[in-house]
Amino acid sequence: MNDRFELPPIDYAALAPMLILFGAACVGVLIEAFVPRSRRQVTQVGVALAALVAALVVIVSQAGKQVTTIGGSVAVDGPALLLQGAIAVLGIVALLLIAERALEPGGAFVAQAAIAAGSGADRQQAAREPGATEVYPLSLFAIGGMMLFVAANDLLTMFVALEVFSLPLYLLCGLARRRRLLSQEAALKYFLLGSFASAFFLFGIALVYGFAGTIDLPDIHAAVQNSANSEVLLFAGLAMISIGLLFKVSAAPFHVWTPDVYQGAPTPVTGFMAACTKVAAFGALLRVLYVSFEGTQWNYKPVLGVIAVLTMLLGAILAVTQTDIKRLLAYSSIANAGYVLVGVLSATREGLSSTMFYLIAYGFTVVAAFAVVTLVRDADGEATHLSRWAGLGRRSPLVSGIFTLFLLAFAGIPLTSGFVSKFAVFAAGLNAQDDLGVWLVIVGVVSSMILAFPYLRVVVLMWLSEPGEATPSVSLPGATTAAALAVGVLATLLLGVVPGPVLDLTNQAAEFLR
Amino acid sequence: MKSFPYLSVLTLAPLVGAVVVALLPRSRPALAKRVALGWSLAVLALTIVMWVAFEPGGSRFQFRESYPWIPAWGVNFTFAADGIALVMLVLTAVLVPIVILASWHDAEGGRRSVPAYFALLLALESTLVGVFAAADVFLFYVFFEVMLVPMYFLIGSYGTGKRQYAAVKFFLYSLVGGLFMLAAVIGLWVLGGHTFDWQALTQADLSTGAARWLFLGFFVAFAVKAPFFPFHTWLPDAGGSAPAGAAALLVGVLDKVGTFGILRYCLPLFPEASRYFAPFALTLAVVGIIYAALLAVGQNDLKRLVSYTSIAHFGFIGVGIFAFTTQAGTGAVLYMLNHGLATGLLFLVVGMLVARRGSALISDFGGAGKLVPVLAGVFLLAGMASLALPGLAPFVSEFLVLIGTFTVNRTVAVISTLGIILAAAYVLWMIQRTTQGDLNPALSSVDGMRRDLTRREAVVVAPLIALLLVLGFYPKPVIDVINPAVTATLQQDVGAQDPTPTEAAR
Repeated sequence: MNDRFELPPIDYAALAPMLILFGAACVGVLIEAFVPRSRRQVTQVGVALAALVAALVVIVSQAGKQVTTIGGSVAVDGPALLLQGAIAVLGIVALLLIAERALEPGGAFVAQAAIAAGSGADRQQAAREPGATEVYPLSLFAIGGMMLFVAANDLLTMFVALEVFSLPLYLLCGLARRRRLLSQEAALKYFLLGSFASAFFLFGIALVYGFAGTIDLPDIHAAVQNSANSEVLLFAGLAMISIGLLFKVSAAPFHVWTPDVYQGAPTPVTGFMAACTKVAAFGALLRVLYVSFEGTQWNYKPVLGVIAVLTMLLGAILAVTQTDIKRLLAYSSIANAGYVLVGVLSATREGLSSTMFYLIAYGFTVVAAFAVVTLVRDADGEATHLSRWAGLGRRSPLVSGIFTLFLLAFAGIPLTSGFVSKFAVFAAGLNAQDDLGVWLVIVGVVSSMILAFPYLRVVVLMWLSEPGEATPSVSLPGATTAAALAVGVLATLLLGVVPGPVLDLTNQAAEFLR
Repeated sequence: MKSFPYLSVLTLAPLVGAVVVALLPRSRPALAKRVALGWSLAVLALTIVMWVAFEPGGSRFQFRESYPWIPAWGVNFTFAADGIALVMLVLTAVLVPIVILASWHDAEGGRRSVPAYFALLLALESTLVGVFAAADVFLFYVFFEVMLVPMYFLIGSYGTGKRQYAAVKFFLYSLVGGLFMLAAVIGLWVLGGHTFDWQALTQADLSTGAARWLFLGFFVAFAVKAPFFPFHTWLPDAGGSAPAGAAALLVGVLDKVGTFGILRYCLPLFPEASRYFAPFALTLAVVGIIYAALLAVGQNDLKRLVSYTSIAHFGFIGVGIFAFTTQAGTGAVLYMLNHGLATGLLFLVVGMLVARRGSALISDFGGAGKLVPVLAGVFLLAGMASLALPGLAPFVSEFLVLIGTFTVNRTVAVISTLGIILAAAYVLWMIQRTTQGDLNPALSSVDGMRRDLTRREAVVVAPLIALLLVLGFYPKPVIDVINPAVTATLQQDVGAQDPTPTEAAR
């Protein structure tokens, strides 16, 4: 009766970033309860930014660490730290967008989500009430969950992290100030489909547990080599886990939620999702595939290869006919997920480092692109229909020029970060020296060709068309949006012209802890 | 002198000039034009110094400089020039100031920014110089793609007619070709030992199948750029809609990137594949000569006509390259230079006519020579240069190409010679319909048609005419620079031997 319960060793320094964020989120909830309404915005933004910066500082100070902690459920290694840092930085940029109140009195979020949409009270709140400040703790929970998601070393921790970051996102999608029904519909779609995906993920975990007898990723790897249980369990489990993860990264055929949710959610949240969720979900996918299921490479590669092909082609083809800028960027984001999958599928160190580089580069560009979308507005809110963007180059050359830079980056024109990241993943794909890689690169090239068309259409609309009466003016960005735009432009240009340092960084960090 | 970093300065200087001009206020267009002109003349001066410093009998690649860029991938800013590249650089440097002077009033009258127009021209010059000077395949690709952006805005924002359609078509065609080349570049990097250095890649050992696929990737991109039939449909639209100066640069220099790329990248890097695909390439080139010439005969739009003639001329260049003899190869490179000068002149003169008449349609002209005799005379001279009249520079190059091809492939040479007849048809008929015969009554009521060649326009055409005449009688200095480079490309890289003349064989 003298068995002592040994607490597993906890490396607080490694966990500190997540602890800081969760703690700050809890503080945020308390602020909601106790701080007077007039001072909530400033306090919340201050706490959130301070927490993110602190988390980033801790992450940077941990560089080079390779530990597992809390009984092996959290692994802090190179990729985890790099992706956590990326999530932190992208989270800061997204938070700047979320905190913007200069474009619309009260900000982009509804004042009280419980008000019935379309009622008189709703019109009143849309006109002048300051937006709900619960969005800040929600965002912090989401970011903290994402950080845990990329560092999770066992499947249940991964599931918990998945839920921790998804649930706030479902809520955030429903909190738009304008077009509330669309926003609530988007939130509901995301919630329902996301719950399905999480359920698949959980069931997959159960099946893999049945096969391997463990949920620790490194132990699963050993079990894949040695276990005598039926392989059906392994493959079915892997398939279901992949479904859950591929849903989150918007890979075809699990991409159907993306255009509707991206369009309906408040644009700062869309930018946040497009950048950070992708980083987190791909980080987890990489860890699961590279650490646990490396032994089944030759089984999952053909299937995931087909998914990558579908994603690249569907994203590109469906983007061609879009008439709404947010949906266009959503389909572009689906196609980009396909390109990242090419890097993932090469299953080599180059694949890992190129994937991480792509996620970072794409994240900066896409958040800033959505920042531009928030600026094109009229009295009724954002003007997202493409026809409203005609002649924008004449009215506001600077903002149109910045958006053109982002579109060129998405199209993969050299001297932008988009080209370097595409080059990196395609090089990793070809470097693997198998037929799958060659086919993926060819499909990737074809998909890029198809995608160039909608991007070019937007450029033509902005610069080569005459402004109609319906063309809105571009609002002057507030300080926070301007900062977000500046970061996006700098990142896109710097990573395109001098990508060396970041490439070396991703290369050094590309070693999973097994 | 020798150690001065000519090529990197030559690449960056126009870009710096572009930024300077772009930052000038819209309210001072005259200042922007003067700064742009002065800057491009300075670049031209530097290029002439470089030409003089080049040693034709020396090493193949001179003015080599290399700076690390992305060490993780083995990418460097490596610049080097052989004879072919040097000739192209000089062509670019000569054409740009002339185009700037010719476009003096082109950007006015709209609501577009005048400084931006000249800034785009200078930025375009920078990318063109970079494409010719790059000795690192990644760097070449970067310039190859970035080149599209200023030209897209020049056509789309400052063009006429269906300019948006033309600009988008130009951009998409070139981008698609470039993306195929991207796949090939990455494949070449993977198979060539993770280096992008041109010199190292020529030594790389590639399997036959892989080399053929990579050749195709590069060739598609260059065939779209050149353009070769059947990838040519973008050029008539782009040339027809672009402002005359930009169109002159488009056919005069930008298209040369395609054939330059074949000479620099397809032939030396994939010699066996080049020989394997040569019959196919020759077929495309010959079809282009005849087909484009026939289409040119039937055109009613002056600018589209000149664009079609350009496609036909590029067929000749393609024949010259893929005949794999030094005569034909030298002829092809010389053709690139002469075509740039001749068609550049033709486009600029057509631009002057169009600016006066307010329309590019041939049916709107007729007997214009009675109103603007000097301009009509220059037009005639430009036309004669286009149809390779002996005494003007293009004759020498066409003759060399045909002689060089006849010794190895009679059929192709004979069919190509038919192209000369068709060239006479489209040029002479165009000149006759526009400047000779009865005066079109609609012309005399147009104010612009009363002004003959102005002093500015005379300064624009004079250097080109002078060069065409000088090179028509004394092309030796240029051929001395081209020949060693072409010989090295064909004999060292492709391994082709010139056929011995029949007399010597006896």
